[in-house]
Amino acid sequence: MRDETFGSVPMGLAAADVELPGLARAAWLVARKDLAIEFRTRTAFFSAIVFALLGLTIFYFAWDATAVAAIDLAPGVLWVIFTFSGLLGLQRSFGVEQADRAMDALLAAPVDREAIYLGKALANVVFVAGVQAISLPALALFYNVPLGGVWLPLAGIALLAAVGIVAVGTLFSAMAVNTRLAELLLPMLSLPFFVPIVTAAAQTTARLLAGRPAAEAWPWLRILLGFDLVFVVACAIAFPYTLDE
Amino acid sequence: MTSVLTAEGAQVRPALMSRWLVVAALGVAAAYARVIWFTPPEATQGLAQKIYYLHLPAALNAYIAFGVVAVTSVVYLWLRDPRADRVAESSAEVGLLFTTVVLATGPIWAKPIWGAWWTWDARLTLTLFLWFIYAGYLVLRGAIIEPEMRARYSAVLGILGALLIPFIHMSVYLFRTLHPMPIVLKPDRPSLPSEMLQTLLFSFAAFFLLYLALLRERYRLGEERALLAEREGHAHGGD
Amino acid sequence: MSAPAESIVVNSPVVEAVGLVRAFGGRRAVDGVTFTIGAGECLALFGPNGAGKTTLLRLLAGLLTPTAGSCRVGGVTLRSARAARARVGLVSHASMLYGALSARENVEFSARMYGVRDASGAARRALGLMRVADRADAPVRALSRGLQQRVSIARAIVHEPLLLLCDEPYTGLDEAGSAALTTALAERRDRGAALMLVTHNLGEGLALATHAAIMRRGRFVRHESRAALDPAAYASAYRELVTADA
Repeated sequence: MRDETFGSVPMGLAAADVELPGLARAAWLVARKDLAIEFRTRTAFFSAIVFALLGLTIFYFAWDATAVAAIDLAPGVLWVIFTFSGLLGLQRSFGVEQADRAMDALLAAPVDREAIYLGKALANVVFVAGVQAISLPALALFYNVPLGGVWLPLAGIALLAAVGIVAVGTLFSAMAVNTRLAELLLPMLSLPFFVPIVTAAAQTTARLLAGRPAAEAWPWLRILLGFDLVFVVACAIAFPYTLDE
Repeated sequence: MTSVLTAEGAQVRPALMSRWLVVAALGVAAAYARVIWFTPPEATQGLAQKIYYLHLPAALNAYIAFGVVAVTSVVYLWLRDPRADRVAESSAEVGLLFTTVVLATGPIWAKPIWGAWWTWDARLTLTLFLWFIYAGYLVLRGAIIEPEMRARYSAVLGILGALLIPFIHMSVYLFRTLHPMPIVLKPDRPSLPSEMLQTLLFSFAAFFLLYLALLRERYRLGEERALLAEREGHAHGGD
Repeated sequence: MSAPAESIVVNSPVVEAVGLVRAFGGRRAVDGVTFTIGAGECLALFGPNGAGKTTLLRLLAGLLTPTAGSCRVGGVTLRSARAARARVGLVSHASMLYGALSARENVEFSARMYGVRDASGAARRALGLMRVADRADAPVRALSRGLQQRVSIARAIVHEPLLLLCDEPYTGLDEAGSAALTTALAERRDRGAALMLVTHNLGEGLALATHAAIMRRGRFVRHESRAALDPAAYASAYRELVTADA
């Protein structure tokens, strides 16, 4: 960058004043920006929480307590709730960039395209984790399911599953927002991909709640980890192909 | 008989006249005939087991169709050739058709043998997911008007779908080994004396031929549609 | 003045486009465009709708990759080069701002994305330059269109770009807003930035321009320096061209 002075204000920043953000830093900036916006408006987060609590309530009243024990019902209910409230959060992920063509500014910036994807995915993980953090205690409360000593491994699984859901959901959100059927397409495309995650997570949750040895849950956990690994990478690579360049 | 687009407009020659389609249809009819009359019934499962000869080859061809979608998706993203996208689109539609057939005939087979209309056996479940992915693929295509974006997005979905299949398979397999299914007399693989194997291979060949014939017709249709769209674009003065 | 590691020769043009082509399917939106813009110069680009002006701008901004030809900014080829995009600022008729965030937050975000180390300082300066410092902490969506556009320009110049691309920036601005915009752009131009201004408004465009070009069907049909042209004759020639296409 040139360092010449015209009048009293230097034109062109000196090389020392500029350090182009790398992949991680750019992703972090985008994530921070998204979270700042979400925090400012809070509507999507609030809606997702309300949805989750409503869902828990509906399942409660649809439940025949004499036929099924709470501890058998809980994992399924929990993971259905997480999935659908996660989708609510994912819907708005790229909407915020469409409003005033802010996406153009992001793409014009000297950052890798993958960084934009990773940043948005990171913000979405925080969103989903936030919903999970409230739904989990709510479940324990409403269904009288003692989480006790297993809350930490449960939180770990919830986070792993959140990563998988968000990896795929963020990419499809980027695609869906450019189509005519955005609200329909996002769930329709994402849900088949969510099945391995949700199955593995629910099965592991069930075993944890039933107090079974950790080794039994390991095969499911392996699927979950494998899914996260494969799809975070695959979706980050696929993201630039969803851009009009 | 080649495609005809006259100066006055589009005149698509009737697809049914294609000789490949006729041959394939005859082939499938012959397979049916062979299955019903010329193959001995299986010892334990009886006549109902015969659906297996149609069910399995259709399912296999549905998977092959999906493999074609995945491969042509990669080719499209690499070469950006619209023909690759057209093959993908055609294969997806034919694949959806075959998958629907499998899912519809599944219960017809399951009920007499397993006593339930639906079972979550490995292949049926995987086929169900294939159906979901096909459906999503075609809905996505329907939601995008611009051809280049449509091809690009479909290709991404096609490739991701292919990545998903092994995970579905693993999940279903793990689920089944931990949850023994209710009474299964004899699951997917009857022991195959040579006559049965021949019938199976004959069926497979017939369905594969049908797949290729339908693919070809659908590709032709796609080509003509694209030509028509281009003409209309020129007529209105492209922007 | 010390010469930092990445100095460029003052006399070389900021923008060098050679044979730029961009095709969409079979249609060439930009069909072989060659031009340069030097430091302190402003190229006003006029033309009817569909001429390819916006496509050309997006090529220069790094938002589209050329089908053929090359484009260099500050000596660095633009084609997917991050460093080249770092020297470019983009202003459009859309504000490209996040309505929920304040002007300050928007501009600081842009500064950080462009790697400016002292982002808050740079943001403060840019907002002051655009005379919106007093409304800097209100959410952007609460501001009038004219003020939003000023914030958008602050966002675009916070990293002191060598090249400022403006796509119909006067859209939706009232008199006061337009005047403020012209002043701001003139300031950047006089400080040595290169400007490219796409607009329908001949008067506004020629007020800032050192060079003027008319684009039609993807090509430059006229390209001359401002000093060499007579505004009245230019206006009628332009009208003829535009109506010929309608």
